[in-house]
Amino acid sequence: MKMTKIVRTTADVFYPFCLAFGLYVVMHGHLTPGGGFQGGAVMATGAALLIVARSYEDITGRLRKGVLKVCEATGLMLFLLAGLSGLLKGLPFMANWLTQTGGWVGKVMEFGPNGGELATGGLIPLLNVGVGIEVLGGLSIILLYMISGTKEKKP
Amino acid sequence: MKTAVLYAILLILFGGLLYIVTDLPFGQPCKADMDEYFIRNSQTQTGANNVVTSVVFDFRGFDTLGEATVLFTAVLGVGMMFRKLHEGEEYEND
Amino acid sequence: MMTRLLLDLPFFTVVLLVVIGLGAMVLKRNLIKILMGLSILESAVNLFLVAIGYRQDGVAPIFTNVPSLHMVLPTVQALTLTSIVIGVATSAMMLSFAMILYKKYGTVDARDIRKLKG
Repeated sequence: MKMTKIVRTTADVFYPFCLAFGLYVVMHGHLTPGGGFQGGAVMATGAALLIVARSYEDITGRLRKGVLKVCEATGLMLFLLAGLSGLLKGLPFMANWLTQTGGWVGKVMEFGPNGGELATGGLIPLLNVGVGIEVLGGLSIILLYMISGTKEKKP
Repeated sequence: MKTAVLYAILLILFGGLLYIVTDLPFGQPCKADMDEYFIRNSQTQTGANNVVTSVVFDFRGFDTLGEATVLFTAVLGVGMMFRKLHEGEEYEND
Repeated sequence: MMTRLLLDLPFFTVVLLVVIGLGAMVLKRNLIKILMGLSILESAVNLFLVAIGYRQDGVAPIFTNVPSLHMVLPTVQALTLTSIVIGVATSAMMLSFAMILYKKYGTVDARDIRKLKG
């Protein structure tokens, strides 16, 4: 089933904004309300918008299941590798070894309110990005599978 | 008959839970040393401004790994169910 | 009693949601309605977790431009996040099961599906 042209155009226009806002929520997960799961859900909303506006046959060209599967696996792999990277330094699994070191993601922070600095948190932004990619792939692929399950059986 | 018993059980449950909940003060949680520690030290130990994120991804990072695995497994299960409904009927090949 | 109810409104809402969810799960026969009951029960748990960590006049535990340092408890909010994500995963699984059952049996009535077994 296809929606009218107005709905389809609006969905096309809003899809990049959904992705951009989701990416913003993911990147600022350690400064503002949000994080990997929430940002990934916002990005998956864009996929849901496209699926609602168009039919399943139209959408398979733009949202490929193979790409989304790779997204999901990459996100979980990034999470695992970031957790394992502490082992190289002789630290336990999931140890946040990049923070408070003064490096490019480890600006030293003091206790108290501040304006928010993007280059803080050490491993946390990396884990946020991994989880965001994973949730984007996972929720989109669940939606795609369920919409493919509702397809009419050919006589 | 069975339905009446179920309604009675639900009513008793409602009353019991209401009785328990009346003693809980809203807005004054009990003394929570762990939360005080998180609020006090999350900025100096993890560098993140958002205390909830620092709890989810740093202090309880192993928990989040399991959570991500649960989501991955759910996606695998949904994919398994919609792969092929009947013999000889393929939905997707990509 | 009335002022108590207004003061503790979130907890009373939790009790109401628990009873509604359980009632929908044990009294209804439609699989989709059973899943709705489970989701309502899940929301009750999430609301309880968030409400139990609330402090009077507390602000969100985020230090970016925060007006005061009197914050609500962060651990229960992290647990609620975990619970929400796992709820989404289980909801997706169960809805897929319901769709498969409908395709196979042509009905989502739990008792009819039990009768049609085999």
